[in-house]
Amino acid sequence: MIPSYDLAVVGAGVHGGTVALLCARAGLKTVLVERGDLFREASGVNAGTLTMQMTRVALIPYALRAHAMWASARDWLGHDVGVVVCDGLSLAFTEGEEELLAYRAGRRREAGAPIELVGPARAAEIEPGLGPGVRLAGYCRVDGFANAYLSGLAYGAALREAGVAIRDNTPVTAVEPSGGGYALTTKTGETIRARRIVLAGGVWLEPMLSWFGLRVPIKVLVNQLGVTERMAPVMRTVVGIASGLLSLKQYPHGTVVIGGGWQGRGDRERGGVELAPESLIGNIRLACHAVPGLAASRLARAWAGLEAETADALPIAGPIPGHEDAYAIGSVHSGYTSGPYIAALLADRILGREPALPLFPLDRLLAEPAPTVPA
Amino acid sequence: MSDPTVFDLAVIGAGPAGCAAAIAAAEAGARVVLFDEQEEAGGQIYRAPRTPAGRACVERDGETLRSTLAASDVALRLGRRIWSVTERFRIDALGPDGPETVRAQALVAATGAYERIVPFPGWTLPGVIGLAAATVLLKTEGRVPGRRIVVAGAGPLLAAVAAKILAAGGCVVGLVDVSSPADWLRATPRLATKPSLLAQGAAWAARIAAARVPVLFGHAVVAAEGETALTRVGVAPLSRNGAPDLARLRWEEADVMAVGNGLVPGGEIAKVLRAEHVHVPERGGWVPKRDRWGRTTIPRLYAAGDGAGIAGAGPAARTGRLAGLAAAHDLGFSGAEAVEVAGRTAFREAGRDRRFSDAVSRLMMPRAGQIAAVPAETVVCRCEDVTRAEIEEAVQAGARTLDQVKAFTRCGMGPCQGRMCGETAGDIVTLQVGTRGAVGWWTGRPPLRPVPLADLVGTFDYGDIPVPKPAPL
Repeated sequence: MIPSYDLAVVGAGVHGGTVALLCARAGLKTVLVERGDLFREASGVNAGTLTMQMTRVALIPYALRAHAMWASARDWLGHDVGVVVCDGLSLAFTEGEEELLAYRAGRRREAGAPIELVGPARAAEIEPGLGPGVRLAGYCRVDGFANAYLSGLAYGAALREAGVAIRDNTPVTAVEPSGGGYALTTKTGETIRARRIVLAGGVWLEPMLSWFGLRVPIKVLVNQLGVTERMAPVMRTVVGIASGLLSLKQYPHGTVVIGGGWQGRGDRERGGVELAPESLIGNIRLACHAVPGLAASRLARAWAGLEAETADALPIAGPIPGHEDAYAIGSVHSGYTSGPYIAALLADRILGREPALPLFPLDRLLAEPAPTVPA
Repeated sequence: MSDPTVFDLAVIGAGPAGCAAAIAAAEAGARVVLFDEQEEAGGQIYRAPRTPAGRACVERDGETLRSTLAASDVALRLGRRIWSVTERFRIDALGPDGPETVRAQALVAATGAYERIVPFPGWTLPGVIGLAAATVLLKTEGRVPGRRIVVAGAGPLLAAVAAKILAAGGCVVGLVDVSSPADWLRATPRLATKPSLLAQGAAWAARIAAARVPVLFGHAVVAAEGETALTRVGVAPLSRNGAPDLARLRWEEADVMAVGNGLVPGGEIAKVLRAEHVHVPERGGWVPKRDRWGRTTIPRLYAAGDGAGIAGAGPAARTGRLAGLAAAHDLGFSGAEAVEVAGRTAFREAGRDRRFSDAVSRLMMPRAGQIAAVPAETVVCRCEDVTRAEIEEAVQAGARTLDQVKAFTRCGMGPCQGRMCGETAGDIVTLQVGTRGAVGWWTGRPPLRPVPLADLVGTFDYGDIPVPKPAPL
């Protein structure tokens, strides 16, 4: 049977959405299949931070380019994701944090992130909202944040304009090679056929890859976040701490999002089902220590999103070994930050162009040798 | 001395349902702790008065309930704001002395209801208040909320509020009831199954008639106007399906309007704990699935009272008692037989209750035509200023669920946490696509109420914050 699509992308987050968008714009007839609503998992519920100071060193070159993409989203995506480009500070309050910060900022600077170390007085000039006790700060002008919950709205419009067939609320249950392509079976028993396939399922990449007989263990992080009610301006930068366990910024409408990857409870099957109150309090204490003005507000809402992590905590972005025209992408640490660029690299690969930076081949993560399947 | 932070059963909400649950379980031998936000037990219906004027209109049932509770073994934790329930069950509250944590084997959620207002232009003006808010002013302070008051909306609460305002010496310039005389006539045989409540209603009606308050049946408020606060109220007759006839709009001068279109179950705990829910319009909206004892789909989580489905104070006490008995039984405190016997009476009474509360519910429920007639530019989510048109644009942009509408518009993201707008937003989305079941409810999120950050963090040393190990570099 002749496939109806040139490309099927499974998973509508920042990775799947960007690959589908760029491939459709390049002329591939594309379908985007998503088990729930668009961008409602990690890509819609993350903290939206676009910082270099929490990015893994190996990903800095990608994150810098992705930052530029987010900053110009209105131009290439065509829709607003509420991106604010601003200064960023990573703080050290103790001697131990000072050492950690100096080392980490140095490594990130070597990788290309324009981070300089500044003293308490300079830090307080950059961010007047800071509390006392800062010993050292990493200062980076390439920072900012997006309004993650708007991603689905913005991408949804762009995808429709590019002619992508959007199949949301359509869980895929199986994928099989079929007639020079792949046949996707949905929960309702429908078959969607495409020449090429991209798996972009976040923490669900592990079960998705099992459709191809591959076992790739992917750890599930349950990252907690909280947001305050709207309040008068208390800060103007993105604020974090040396260990990376705090991210803090105030949105133009006045709410402050408090994150940093403190762990709640949940799993791949049930999602981020429960917040750990003591973690939430710990996270908020860090926040109020860094920016004391926050304490005047109320916590309006808290939630958890699932982040995927491979064995070496580096991404998956490349062909699925042993399977022609099949690709996987995901497990990018701080994936929302770097996502659009890494996805654009994979789109280049699919479209037969040479990616400008190396992809992240899956082979290294295979728990068992990949079976060879005749193409 | 037993540990004051560990209990067999925690009951949240000290209204008729929660008190009955707590007392029943304590009598069966369970160690029970009862929480409420208010300083005194009684819930909204039996609110404790705070002023001499308030004491004049207090209901005797409330005092009985408070004294029964005081004589019981139930540990009272009043004046507590619970912000988190996790782990089956860890309860985190903010109290007068700061954060408190209690653990319990079982939990009864008896969190009552909040009121619903079908939006109309001007409903966010100062001077427009809820029927429940008016009740609170009257009950706790004996205060009349304005000089010329319109009482509007649906259900028996209308007459109750109007009668209380009159009794307190206030002036009601109009009573605007969505229900038509035919609606009331249809309801009467079922209302008559509770003669005492019917008599109470008749007494309210008599007081309203004696004061010559103009009563408009089959009408609804369609507009509120005023420069900085309410000065006049626009009222129109409704067609049979509830659509207002704007050609017959008339105005009434008023400085306060108390308005309410029924009640919505305040069941945040069962939602945050991810119990299964179903949408039952006659019970006010989303209610947790329960067996007849009140067991939800989460082991050892029980739901009772109006928070588990609007039915009124009498049924609330009954469902509370059942939930308390079931919890005690499930924890091994009382024999199955004793519980079965206690249950049988309650089930019989519950059957009678149901006919009455169904009739009341039908009077209170917003009519389909009312929702359809909400103007496009009218604010639905007042915390975030989201209009009906913006909700519909989100649907046009692909949103099919309330969660996605929230992400696209910020509807429901404000301090009321979606309580005021959720039912109406759900109805509006459903008019465009899907069913209430498919459109769903906002995913339950803590905190259960907004909480001040300062109270959550308390005083602390930076070095004592249990910061997890750094992320990989």
